Amino acid sequence: MAAVTGFDPKAEVHGDPIEIPTLACGAMANSKPFAAGPAHQAALGFPGELVEDWHDKAIFRLGELLENSRALRVYLDSCVKCGACTDKCHYFLGTGDPKNMPVARQDLLRKVYRRHFTWAGKVVPWLVGAEDLTKDVLADWYSYFHQCSQCRRCSVFCPYGIDTAEISMAARDIMDTIGMGQKYSNEIIGKVFSVGNNLGLPPKALKATLAGLEDEIEEETGVPVKLPLDVKGADVLLVTPSADFFASPHMEGLIGYAKVFHEAGVSWTLSTYASEAANFGMFVGSQENMKKVALRIRKAAQDLGVKRLVFGECGHAWRVAYSFLDTLAGPFDFLDPAYPVPQHICEFTNDLIEAGKLRFDKAANDSFRLTFHDSCNVARASRMGDAPGGQFEIPRAVLRATCNHFFDMAPETTREKTFCCGGGGGLLTDELMDVRAKGAQPRMRALQEVAEEHGVTHMAAICAICKAQFSKVLPMYGFDREAIVSVHQMVSNAILLTGSRQAEEYDARRKSAG
Amino acid sequence: MRSGIFAAVFYVASFVLAGGLAYRIRLYAKTPAALRIPTTPAPTTHAGVAVRLAGEVVLFQSLFKANKWTWAFGWVFHAAMLATLVQHLRYFLQPVPWPVVLEQPIGVLAGFPMAAGLFALWGRRFVVERIRYITGPSDHLMLALLVAITVSGLAMKYLAHTDIVALKTFFLGLMRLRVEPLPGDPVLLVHLSLVATLMVVFPFSKLLHAPGVFFSPSRNQPDDTRERRFVSRSALLKPASKA
Ligand code: SF4
Ligand code: SF4
Ligand code: SF4
Repeated sequence: MAAVTGFDPKAEVHGDPIEIPTLACGAMANSKPFAAGPAHQAALGFPGELVEDWHDKAIFRLGELLENSRALRVYLDSCVKCGACTDKCHYFLGTGDPKNMPVARQDLLRKVYRRHFTWAGKVVPWLVGAEDLTKDVLADWYSYFHQCSQCRRCSVFCPYGIDTAEISMAARDIMDTIGMGQKYSNEIIGKVFSVGNNLGLPPKALKATLAGLEDEIEEETGVPVKLPLDVKGADVLLVTPSADFFASPHMEGLIGYAKVFHEAGVSWTLSTYASEAANFGMFVGSQENMKKVALRIRKAAQDLGVKRLVFGECGHAWRVAYSFLDTLAGPFDFLDPAYPVPQHICEFTNDLIEAGKLRFDKAANDSFRLTFHDSCNVARASRMGDAPGGQFEIPRAVLRATCNHFFDMAPETTREKTFCCGGGGGLLTDELMDVRAKGAQPRMRALQEVAEEHGVTHMAAICAICKAQFSKVLPMYGFDREAIVSVHQMVSNAILLTGSRQAEEYDARRKSAG
Repeated sequence: MRSGIFAAVFYVASFVLAGGLAYRIRLYAKTPAALRIPTTPAPTTHAGVAVRLAGEVVLFQSLFKANKWTWAFGWVFHAAMLATLVQHLRYFLQPVPWPVVLEQPIGVLAGFPMAAGLFALWGRRFVVERIRYITGPSDHLMLALLVAITVSGLAMKYLAHTDIVALKTFFLGLMRLRVEPLPGDPVLLVHLSLVATLMVVFPFSKLLHAPGVFFSPSRNQPDDTRERRFVSRSALLKPASKA
């Protein structure tokens, strides 16, 4: 049961992204996130520590979840142990720990479900793999349900569509209910409730940041592009992950959105009240908290009297926005029905590109040889545009319109088969660095392949978590820390704002050439 | 005596199978799908969803994406089982409808690929490390049961023939609530007992994947949240907030 030692990312970066490891039982049993303290638990309505009657409470909660989720019921019943999913999880591929095989992860909950909710599990538990919920089982839950980024890759391959993400969410919800919360996610949800965003960035700081960005853009282009905050009556409310306000390469993306809005001549605003697109309520599997977080966006849209809702680059946030928002916080009948609710910033930009309303100097991005990381929550849990698969085509179309050099990674690692960055689902915290680094292996190998084959230097993404995770793991695997870029960073680099220095220079060059 | 016992067994088994499945299906149907969670890209219409589900049920599309060997073994087994079931309809229908008559030559041979598929699927459970890890006693037993049913069936067809006319009279009798004499060949009795066992086990086991595939939200929901508001019936979403 020894932990895997000597994992050397720089050596692991070469190889087939989907190479199957030999089993390393118990390799990741010690990977556990920090526990949420009483204050963080209380803010979400959860008990501060493991409650006395935790066993009965947990079983009771499982029963409640079963009654309210057809997915959970059907998924727990239907698995035939065919093994189709066993080699599909990046955490299994990176760690070899069999409990990171999706079906084995599910079984951690399924065995308790069988014991308490099925006739066979009550009568012949040994035959059907039914087990009581013990402290050891609980420890396994805490460990392995926090080694699932809820990326849904397994659900693509399962003959019954069994989605381990749903199982992980349920297990985390049960753990929260009995007082075993995860610090990282619960602290963040608390900050959203108290301050308005994940980072706890107060309105004043936000205002200052945006003013700074405005200066930066004007200095660069000579055009007074605005980043408005809390402007009543603006057409568009932009909701974006708070990392866009201060981290790199997120901020460069935000600059890109601002330039696009400016060039389109669409009035827009950010909101201090809803200064966060992320909804970690999904990660912790709490429908109640997810709803509460989602309602902020409705309130902000109503208070500001906007007509449209646009979301910035964020994977799970787009899933919640696209798939759940209307259910959780709708109906949004007060918005302009001429536009989809909500819209993704990539859709917004791509529409303008298709309408010929944006001009680009693609050569401005010639130092980037790009590939694209399909963020899993966008890829497998949402859509862009009118046709299925638009979530793959539209970001690529934006990149192709703004860059001369674009190369896709191997097909078994992109689009619906994309690999998670390794940091999603509430795992983007330092104490989980080991599993994050190992989980990134398939993506890093795919990137290494295109780096060798096509000289790819950068990878674009449309997810704040992906960007943060890659900034950390890229150097471990021997890539440049800044090899991860925002899609709208590429837009920002290449866009020719009307009246800008860049546009003038570009036109002058064209004239003298022409 | 023998006929009486088997008649009782099949009445009970049919009742458990039908009742158990009906209960489970009702449970699935009435449990709310909390949110829209189709695995995307997904069809945007219900007609599209029907095509997607048909692809899963008839062709095992997702499994095909996952693993060609598992797909081949699994598909051959299921297709052969279907052919065998259709072939067996002749013991329950009088007159035998012409499609079933036409299907007989395929149906009687289907036992072989069915057995082959089962053995291949079983072999994986020993040979492939990952699959060995996730295999439990019930998985082996289920395969053993299916293999035993298939082999005993083949044995009757090709080795120890049984009185098929009498057998059919027995089952037609059961369907009219009459107990007719059942032939006493040991292989037949074993075959019938195992089938009855399978029927009883069905609603309590992983065989629930059969109805399950139709109720799986990641497969049976359209991707249409921006076009039509999805209203959840989940009680957990009812209170505006908790804290
Ligand atoms: S959802 Fe993703 S992380 Fe979770 S088990 Fe499936 S493949 Fe692994
Ligand atoms: S692919 Fe689906 S049915 Fe097969 S083992 Fe995995 S979860 Fe179970
Ligand atoms: S962070 Fe990105 S890649 Fe990772 S789970 Fe979220 S969307 Fe997927």
